[in-house]
Amino acid sequence: MSLKVIKAGILDTIQDMGRYGKQQLGINPTGAMDKYAMQVTNILVGNKPGEAVIELHFPASVFMFAQPALIALGGADFSASINGEPVPNLHCIIVDKNDVLQFHKPVNGARAYLAVRGGFVIDKWLNSYSTHLKAKAGGFDGRSLHKDDELILNQQLNFSIKQDDFIVLPWQADTNYLPVDKAGLDESKEILIIPGNEWERLATESKENFSMTSFVITRQSDRMGYRLTSIPLHSITNEEVVSSAVSFGTIQLLPDGGLIVLMADHQTTGGYPRVAHVISAHHSKLAQMKAGEKIQFRLTDQQTAEELLIKQQQHLLQLQNACTFRLEQYFK
Amino acid sequence: MIFPTTPYHIFSLGDAAITIDFGNRIDIAINKEVIARFNELQQHPLPGMIEAVPAYSSLTIHYDVMTVIKMNPAGLTAFEKIKQQVERKLQQPVMQNDTEERLIKIPVCYEVNFAKDIEHLATTKNISIDEVIRIHTAKTYKVYMLGFLPGFTYMGEVDEKIAISRKPQPTNIAAGSVGIAGKQTGIYPLASPGGWQIIGRTPLKIFDAKKEDPTMMKAGDNVQFYSITKNEFESY
Repeated sequence: MSLKVIKAGILDTIQDMGRYGKQQLGINPTGAMDKYAMQVTNILVGNKPGEAVIELHFPASVFMFAQPALIALGGADFSASINGEPVPNLHCIIVDKNDVLQFHKPVNGARAYLAVRGGFVIDKWLNSYSTHLKAKAGGFDGRSLHKDDELILNQQLNFSIKQDDFIVLPWQADTNYLPVDKAGLDESKEILIIPGNEWERLATESKENFSMTSFVITRQSDRMGYRLTSIPLHSITNEEVVSSAVSFGTIQLLPDGGLIVLMADHQTTGGYPRVAHVISAHHSKLAQMKAGEKIQFRLTDQQTAEELLIKQQQHLLQLQNACTFRLEQYFK
Repeated sequence: MIFPTTPYHIFSLGDAAITIDFGNRIDIAINKEVIARFNELQQHPLPGMIEAVPAYSSLTIHYDVMTVIKMNPAGLTAFEKIKQQVERKLQQPVMQNDTEERLIKIPVCYEVNFAKDIEHLATTKNISIDEVIRIHTAKTYKVYMLGFLPGFTYMGEVDEKIAISRKPQPTNIAAGSVGIAGKQTGIYPLASPGGWQIIGRTPLKIFDAKKEDPTMMKAGDNVQFYSITKNEFESY
């Protein structure tokens, strides 16, 4: 009993919170690009927030359920349908055997998440389910999903659907804290940053440009990082940066004056000046932005960054309590 | 060997990581302290630490902000709290037993079809290809750090006679390729685009996801290359 891929998408992979503990060996964490949306989607179906999910890019795979299952969709809105009928994001959906899930157009956001109650039967690699495309390990055979792949589900749903069709359960996750909701991307495309160790290397004018001008996400952007263009930024020194650790959200200044923001598949170390870092609470917002979109950076401080992250975490806990209660009521 | 603390500078690497920088330079003594302190942290992790990442002359700790905040009654930020703990650790000297260092011998075939840049290197440096091989295999190299790719080793330092800057544009490089960039030498564990000058290839599997320890080397190891023929490579 399983979930079958009947048509492959462009880049659909199994992801979780990422693989930590082996960066000392150059093994980068990978993991979901939008971990916040991934956790919300898991929480909706009653999973642990960090359970393995499928991260979808548009055009996304077409799936067929070979058994009933409780699922949820979150993150980007790709205009999903089941058996041709539109289904909403951020709701629990009970699907029946032979139901076909597909995605029609990218309405907003860049990565959608499909969570299935109980998760998938796959092996962990170095303590994580995340697909490591370079190492060809983790997730489903260490690669993106192909046509005819079959993902075995961990749980058998003991629920029979009388009408022989899917059911959208009536409650919806609160979207206040989500970067992507029905109303589209958060109105403000402002991304908060804190200064990096080499911030002071930027010329005064470049420091001003950092928050005064907007940066365009170029086509050379993927799960590893986003290349950004704007007015070229200038450094007041050519002093080399000896390779050292980097992180999700690290903004590096490239020799051509452009920037790269490191994303989920970033390398463990880097040798470009780290001029700033996107705050953790805004990683998810950034992960939902696409090539061609504009970013407006604004400087903040460590304390604000931590407070926003704590708020996000608290919201996840509240959502978890609410969803547990709803699911217990519904399946009583 | 005991390391008193090298002068350092601490900075935040975003809002969930802290870096101790011991001097932003490639220096064996500094790197040994980094690795000794990394090993100490592996045995006695700080509360809230997710993992530590050693580099040439720095040590980074990725931490869980929520865990650190919870242990923090004084109203400090998670960064300030973890910085205090790091500074407390740094007040202590750290011990490292030199006998723990491994020597790993790596067979390399330097024949031209595995070494697309060896002729260029020999010509540029005005020495023979045999001389390049002799010099590259004459020394034991220190693995300063891993990074860039799973299992990619940054080793040094090569003799000035074979030091050469990296290529202006990255090219596709086969798994096992041995390269030089400046005075660094390294092995590509996986096929990847890369800018290092390729002088040979090892038949060894430097990275194997199926193994419990997927990388053949770790920071602090010593590596010696030895030359093998094409036949030896193919029957390896």
